[in-house]
Amino acid sequence: MPDTFTIRVNGTEHAVATDADRPLLDVLREDLALTGTKYGCGEGACRACTVLIDGEATQACITSIETAAGSEIETIEGLAASGQLHPVQQAFIDQAGMQCGYCVPGQIMTAVALLRSSPQATDEEIVAEMTGNLCRCCNYENILAAVQQAAGRAPDASAP
Amino acid sequence: MTNRQDMTAQHELPSLLDDDPAVEFERYELREPPRYVFAVDRREFVGALGAGLVVVAWPADGQAQRGGRQARRDERLADRLHIGADGVVTVLTSKVEVGQGSRTQLTQAAAEELQLPMDRVRLIMADTAACPDDGGTAGSRTTPSTVPRVRSACAAARVQLVELAAAKLGAPASDVRYEAGRFTVSDGAATTLADLAADRELVATFESASPADVALRPVEAWQVLGTPAAKVDAAAVVTGQHRYPSDIRLPDMAYGKVLRPPSYGATLAEIDLRPAQEMDGVIAVRDGDFVGCTAATSWRAARAVEAIESTARWNEPAPDEHVHSDQLYEHLKQTAAEEGGRRGRGGREWGDRQAALESAPRRHQSTYHIAYIQHAPMEPRAAVAQWDEGRLTVWTGTQQPARVHSELQSAFRLGADAVRVVVPDTGGGFGGKHTGEAAVEAARLAKAAGRPVSLRWTREEEFTWAYFRPAGVIEIDAALDDAGRIVAWDFTNINSGGSAVDTPYRTAAGRTRVLAADAPLRQGSYRALASTANNFAREAAMDELAEAAGADPLEFRLAHLEPGRLRDVLLAAAERFDWRGRRAAGDFVGIACGTEKGSYVAACVEAAVEDGTIRVRSVCQAFECGAVQNPRNLLSQVQGCIVMGLGAALREEIRFSEGRIDNASFYDYEVPRMDDLPELEIVIVERPDLPSVGAGETPIIAVAPALAGAVYAATGQRCKSLPLRV
Repeated sequence: MPDTFTIRVNGTEHAVATDADRPLLDVLREDLALTGTKYGCGEGACRACTVLIDGEATQACITSIETAAGSEIETIEGLAASGQLHPVQQAFIDQAGMQCGYCVPGQIMTAVALLRSSPQATDEEIVAEMTGNLCRCCNYENILAAVQQAAGRAPDASAP
Repeated sequence: MTNRQDMTAQHELPSLLDDDPAVEFERYELREPPRYVFAVDRREFVGALGAGLVVVAWPADGQAQRGGRQARRDERLADRLHIGADGVVTVLTSKVEVGQGSRTQLTQAAAEELQLPMDRVRLIMADTAACPDDGGTAGSRTTPSTVPRVRSACAAARVQLVELAAAKLGAPASDVRYEAGRFTVSDGAATTLADLAADRELVATFESASPADVALRPVEAWQVLGTPAAKVDAAAVVTGQHRYPSDIRLPDMAYGKVLRPPSYGATLAEIDLRPAQEMDGVIAVRDGDFVGCTAATSWRAARAVEAIESTARWNEPAPDEHVHSDQLYEHLKQTAAEEGGRRGRGGREWGDRQAALESAPRRHQSTYHIAYIQHAPMEPRAAVAQWDEGRLTVWTGTQQPARVHSELQSAFRLGADAVRVVVPDTGGGFGGKHTGEAAVEAARLAKAAGRPVSLRWTREEEFTWAYFRPAGVIEIDAALDDAGRIVAWDFTNINSGGSAVDTPYRTAAGRTRVLAADAPLRQGSYRALASTANNFAREAAMDELAEAAGADPLEFRLAHLEPGRLRDVLLAAAERFDWRGRRAAGDFVGIACGTEKGSYVAACVEAAVEDGTIRVRSVCQAFECGAVQNPRNLLSQVQGCIVMGLGAALREEIRFSEGRIDNASFYDYEVPRMDDLPELEIVIVERPDLPSVGAGETPIIAVAPALAGAVYAATGQRCKSLPLRV
């Protein structure tokens, strides 16, 4: 039987009446119409569903609504709420950090969390953190360049 | 064998060949009967009889929908583009965007010929109710086929617009200066695209005019094509606003879930739907072997299916009726047959092969094994279906909207006009989304639920019930003369298909052929098709022959190549990589090249083997595809192909037993990650003098054999399988 859970998403409080073990991902997408967070595997293996829960990059597909209740959640929709793209979003555009783009919201949220804790993350830190986010287009060179840009460095040029 | 897909077309699909007969036959090999045969309901049956008609399975003439493509000169401009009152031009195409960059490239193509900034051009892609049929999105055909078609239409429209503006401004057309949507004549009078949009004459002109015989803007004049334009909807992607097929939401929409059989070939004997039907808000439906549930959330729909799963009784094939992956190559070899080789189109014979093989001083035989792999696009199959008074609309991710349209017509016995398929820009394809399973399933669920239904496959479903790149066994028998020249070349591919089956190297006599076999898994297209297999085996064999001839792998290849584009990319990669210097220094390096779909690629790889694991240090790849239309997207495609190709070379392999996939998860089927990224160096060989060809596939075919060469340099061990084993 449904219980009611309260979550704050991108600064707005929502009371959701639903099954306790339902994934946060489904609640975001189906109940709150926030479809920017993507399903990729449903088992925490690809991180397409990455959101920030109390600032921590977390896989929404393996986080139940009950676990998330009472938390502050940030999704891709909240990053540019002011109308200004977040520097990581801008970097993904500048560095062609997307092909199909389906993994990009998760990539960006992982990068945002990384750069908040380590604003000038080294390449080693970036790869260690971002390697959990799969991109089947294998656009990793450009995703790396985007995070490098957002970390305030000129991306390594591989272009001819 | 009960779990294989029947290669004969019991239920013939309309011809799905692209407009270019040279396109690979095998791309469309996934011919099979529909998975579900839905019951005819009584009213429908009576209706069909009453009309005196057979219940139609497919449109009587599959070509009818495709006539627009084949009779291009009859195409009306009005079918291809509309000019809005805001001066924005809307261009229509059946092509889809799955990450390869078609939307941006076609926008550039239209903007180029209309001489407009890109933001004044909008594309409507892949809506069967609105778009002229340019075919599916496959075979790297958008660049050589659809781009010219869109350019022709836009160039013709520009000419018509100038004439109309001239008439309106009372001046000869030769006096009209056109720039960025504005028409000016010498007396200073002017009009704009937005003004002309409202003109009745424009409408009449577009209704009657066709794109014939208008010169396209030459490469040297390009202002939009040839520039590194960013993905046109990049901002929507990075803000999460772009709606992929799985993101489509309709009012009153339910979510669906389908019950899957426990193994391939299983049929449903009985099931009790009541436990699901008793759940609040759940609709459960069985129709033949199809069982599914809908509910207000996908979670509830999945719980409903779980509730009835244990009541199902399946007729399953015995475990020993299934081929297991550890018996795969033996099985393919045993069942290989020249007769009925549906994929046997590739192949030819030249010279006296047998005599050369028997008399040559050195003969070399080698066998290569190619695993089943999967596309595994990040967005699994998804569809939203809506019925409205017998008419069906489905939003889904597919590379073949016309084919899915046909599948829906067949499954629900609908006329062509009663079905509409819309493909929102989709989360990846790689040749793996040529079918409409989710579309059919969502439509059946929506029919049962009486409301729109969204269905998204799980990753496990995608790994199990989508299809695979064919596995293969490749046998090569070759001979060298005393001078180290290849005098005989006999190349046999079992099951993979015919792409790049021919050798680009000079050989006095030979044969290439493709044999069909009993395929244990459902198989179909993949990025660059069988050239991923054939190019690997051929290039690996070239390394072995080079060694037998006492030659360097690069010099041996050059000695067998005529001057031309392949030789040019090979030299370009070797020079940038410093192949000769690094070989002399004893670095662990490998080299390979190949051509497919009219483009040319060569790769040099440096690798190391540590504790039994291959580490790829660097890849230097040269690529040539004629005149480059978007260097930024081209670079992304080449980089992505290299890394995807490394995945298939290093780890990717579908394992199966007893009619199940044993590694249907990203935890067990390991695709490339960022920490697999080697140092990449890309050399685009510019050929603005040559027609542009597609570039989203061929750059994948050289990296695996080049890596095999590097592994041999490191270990002295020849790797003759994909993935490579050390």
